[in-house]
Amino acid sequence: MINTSEIFQTVRMITEEKLDIRTITMGISLYDCVSADKKALYNNIYDKITSKAEHLVKTGEDLEREYGIPIVNKRISVTPASLVAAACGDPIVVARAMDAAAKATGVNFIGGYTALVQKGMTPSDRALIASLPEALTTTERVCSSVNVGSTRAGINMDAVQMCGQVIKDIAQASREDAGAACMKLVVFCNAVEDNPFMAGAFHGPGEGDCCINVGISGPGVVKRALEKYAKDQPFDVVAETIKKTAFKITRVGQLIAREASDRLNVPFGIVDLSLAPTPAMGDSVAHILEEMGLESCGCHGTTAALALLNDAVKKGGVMASSHVGGLSGAFIPVSEDIGMINAVSRGSLCLEKMEAMTCVCSVGLDMIAVPGDTPASTLSAIIADEAAIGMVNSKTTAVRVIPAQGKKVGDEVEFGGLFGRAPVMRVSPYAAEAFIARGGRIPAPLQSLKN
Amino acid sequence: MENEIKAVVTVLGQDAVGIIAHVSAVLADNGANIRDIAQTVLSGMFNMMMIVDVPEQAFGTLDDALEQLGVELGLQIRMQRSEIFDAMHRI
Repeated sequence: MINTSEIFQTVRMITEEKLDIRTITMGISLYDCVSADKKALYNNIYDKITSKAEHLVKTGEDLEREYGIPIVNKRISVTPASLVAAACGDPIVVARAMDAAAKATGVNFIGGYTALVQKGMTPSDRALIASLPEALTTTERVCSSVNVGSTRAGINMDAVQMCGQVIKDIAQASREDAGAACMKLVVFCNAVEDNPFMAGAFHGPGEGDCCINVGISGPGVVKRALEKYAKDQPFDVVAETIKKTAFKITRVGQLIAREASDRLNVPFGIVDLSLAPTPAMGDSVAHILEEMGLESCGCHGTTAALALLNDAVKKGGVMASSHVGGLSGAFIPVSEDIGMINAVSRGSLCLEKMEAMTCVCSVGLDMIAVPGDTPASTLSAIIADEAAIGMVNSKTTAVRVIPAQGKKVGDEVEFGGLFGRAPVMRVSPYAAEAFIARGGRIPAPLQSLKN
Repeated sequence: MENEIKAVVTVLGQDAVGIIAHVSAVLADNGANIRDIAQTVLSGMFNMMMIVDVPEQAFGTLDDALEQLGVELGLQIRMQRSEIFDAMHRI
């Protein structure tokens, strides 16, 4: 029997410490929608998504009410669009069908306008990447990702070059919103096939027809537990406290995932153990690091603190779920975390330190605003650096960067809602143009040869 | 027999006369049966939890009624399926 103090602990986690389920994401395969005819392709995609996800939002809302825990987002991910559009040759058709289906089902985002080009690009992949400025500025809910590298394949530097330019073009195409459409594009190395988090979610080619993946949250709960049980204690106690807390959070995620999967009659995929922050006070990953004794996130010691946090969250969470997957690590987006925003604003956190932090956690340089006049080759070089970290360390890394149109270092960009606001960060003024212009592939590292 | 949901009702807020009476009345009106009840008052703050069986069809209307009662009395009243507590605190 559960005792009163345990019951109130759970209630407090939800009401005061902002524990929530960050997302229930339904992955839907679009392989059976393929057609060379544009109209047929559009209709097939629209019909499949709207029939599979018809009850997704309603089920999420029922679970919220019954279990008394907020489920912040209900979302959909689909098979990478470049594969689905290859026969018809026009990826925009897929984007339009995805957007219409997302609106019809009531989900706020749909991911999978994606190309997997870690080794090479098909004509369809090229068409998709080239279409991104149009796709992301003329649709509302479509999210996109491009996988430009992997430990197995190395880094496709031609794709990296294209992505830098396309990010510039997307920013230019959405200049009225300071380039905000760039928020909907993630450039990955070692992208995972079952990530439930936007904007990088897609339903990988190795997945089944349909599944439910759940992303948990809870930075506020972890911080509160450290304040309460680990004040001035050695790191052993810090790690143990985080593990226990992560276990509890993940068990709730597993419960909701199972229940959603039963009610929707769709197989359960994975629970993603990421600690996802929001810009709300008390929901910050940076504040957890500061609770460990750092004056401001980004100071020396931050990478070590983050390594401990990331590892302890996984160790605590892994026993709580039957299938762990997705990105599973602490997220460190700038604009979506009030502690990160403050750290950048006061000058304690710079891009180079963030790069170091991405070596020890998921996922990468996330929701970072850079000056609007940053050259495309510099954006490509930022992507190449992150991809190299992912490739060598056999982990996922990503870049979601917004060249803020008309803004310079020290200005701020407001994205609104869960996306928060981002101070524009300094990039190196020295050019990487000749480096990026080489093209070709960076060979896979020795650690890929495991067989 | 109709399906029942085992739920936990928690009430938090300033102590006042008749809180349990009000909550119990709403529960009874919606056919919910109280199986266990525990309450404490610590420095004027009222903490109560009830374990109840709720007819499945009545869950939504009862939840709305409790929420409205919470607003009227200035208390935080929540009803949640009991599985969430088991999941979090029991292996």
